[in-house]
Amino acid sequence: MTSSPASLRYHSQLRQSAAERLAETHPLTWRLREDGALIGLEEYVEKEGYAAVKKVLGKQSGQDVIGTMKEANVRGRGGAGFSAGVKWSLTMQGGDLARGYIVCNADEMEPGTFKDRLLLEQQPHLLIEGMILGGYANNSCYGYIFLRGEYIEAARAVSRAIGEARAAGWLGKNIAGSGFDFDIALHTGAGRYICGEETALINSLEGKRANPRNKPPFPGQSGAWGKPTVVNNVETLCNVPAVMQHGAKWYQGLSGGLSDDGGTKLYGVSGRVNRTGLWELPIGTSAAELMDRAGGVRDGRALKTWLPGGGSTGFLLPEHLELALDFDTIGQYGSRLGTGLLTVVTEDQSVVSLVRNLEAFFARESCGWCTPCRDGLPWTLKILQSLERGEGEQGDIELLESLATDLGPGRTFCAHAPGAAMPLESSIRHFRHEFEAGITHRRHAAHADPIPVGEV
Amino acid sequence: MNDNASLTSHSPIASDGDGFLLHDEDRAAILEERDHYEQPQAACIEALKIVQRRHGWVPDGAIPAIAEVLGVGPASVEGVATFYSLIFRQPVGRHVILICDSSSCFLTGFDELREAITAELGIEFGQTTPDGRFTLLPVCCLGACDRGPAMMIGDDTFGPVPPDAVAELLKEYS
Repeated sequence: MTSSPASLRYHSQLRQSAAERLAETHPLTWRLREDGALIGLEEYVEKEGYAAVKKVLGKQSGQDVIGTMKEANVRGRGGAGFSAGVKWSLTMQGGDLARGYIVCNADEMEPGTFKDRLLLEQQPHLLIEGMILGGYANNSCYGYIFLRGEYIEAARAVSRAIGEARAAGWLGKNIAGSGFDFDIALHTGAGRYICGEETALINSLEGKRANPRNKPPFPGQSGAWGKPTVVNNVETLCNVPAVMQHGAKWYQGLSGGLSDDGGTKLYGVSGRVNRTGLWELPIGTSAAELMDRAGGVRDGRALKTWLPGGGSTGFLLPEHLELALDFDTIGQYGSRLGTGLLTVVTEDQSVVSLVRNLEAFFARESCGWCTPCRDGLPWTLKILQSLERGEGEQGDIELLESLATDLGPGRTFCAHAPGAAMPLESSIRHFRHEFEAGITHRRHAAHADPIPVGEV
Repeated sequence: MNDNASLTSHSPIASDGDGFLLHDEDRAAILEERDHYEQPQAACIEALKIVQRRHGWVPDGAIPAIAEVLGVGPASVEGVATFYSLIFRQPVGRHVILICDSSSCFLTGFDELREAITAELGIEFGQTTPDGRFTLLPVCCLGACDRGPAMMIGDDTFGPVPPDAVAELLKEYS
């Protein structure tokens, strides 16, 4: 195979034709071009861009916006699924309080997640419009887009869009003649997955080590520099313009009865399938439909297991493919929707090795602030490495189970350790025999290669 | 496994920072960044990146220099410099290669890609080629999971990268 370096370049792409994407049904992606090129200010405005800002600023109150967002029930698309409207209603404002900040979490680093990249690279004005509306609702004086350092193309696109928006008066003083002053700065990171955690992100924004903060106080009470701060994911904020333009009822209706939640979701599939990619579909679409769109598993293999929304979600089985991919449904099966991008594992791939890979990631990315996370994850990794090599000992699986409990919710400041515990616990629950094989298998020499998948 | 290979740790050997002089342009850029925030400490990470863009890494002498410009303690600048994985406190090659080692790439050929690159360059994670051309590091999920295995060379992102395309690809970076 002779791939030229140019042809190996990565380009973010949506797997849906323009004909399928309509303004009425695809609020996030209907403007995107077939060629995947960046949508500049002119094209964005031609395609109803900043119409929601014109409709809302100075004509509705911030509380009206929050009310509409609560009714629309846009649930946090970064993976936690908390209603953005409710979050906004908890931001302290008024009286003698200083105006605070709205921060866009564009620190996309969840293993298996590649959705925000698309919106950032191809349609940054939609995010800016969402942040203006969010800033207006939350009485923010300023917005920051916290972008991971490796997203070079996105940084170029966002910088250019901020400049265009400022020059056109969509950012700055007295936006659209409303009397509302608001501006945005791009803040690029320097690595570390933990920066995606809301309070660690605020510490990082303040130029500190990205350790999480205790809650309460919540960021809405005291966030960046002690001011009320609201942090939302890219996709969440990108939903706001359409909600304000077309209303909460319209948004609720987008899921067409597939889910109690409203709106669409940027779903995706990665792993060994025929057609990996991203699709904007009604929230509550089944994983089976997504797998169909992805053309099924590659090379005639069978599906063994899948993660519904990133490395910190729980493993599900082929029998769960018919489930609606929404927060409440997936939450009932020992997993979480997370980011909604499926990671597919085929029958010939080792669950033990994959979990070892995941826990190595979480161990490395722990910020070291809390003991269970800092010390528990490297021990988890060591045990998994032993099992992977057929060097496990009796009691290892029980020890992993107790670690999964001790790393679980409530033991640490943030959700990093619980996120690591979920794939660990669920993989043992569903595939205990694979872990047992790491104990009963004929011992290999110390530090030998992993035992072949067929045998584990 | 060398997955924890990191260049963020301060190395006592690399102490050519004694004569470090902050470039005027860099000082100006740091001061401009400072104005984007309520407090100067916030510009710390960007300041480190500004120095790194010029020198390839953050020499020892840059730490007190940045601290002085921002009016914060050198310990807080060093604390930040050693925390973030993309701030290098040791010299690196002209091109830093970041190979995504997260789950989707792991399932689509990360091991084979890593082996092809380490064989081609003769270095492991955390090392720099003797000619100073490449430094090799693992990186968190690059958000290119639909085209794994993925990697970056400098500012460029690639994926999927078949192992047999590695030699040709690296030729582009002298």
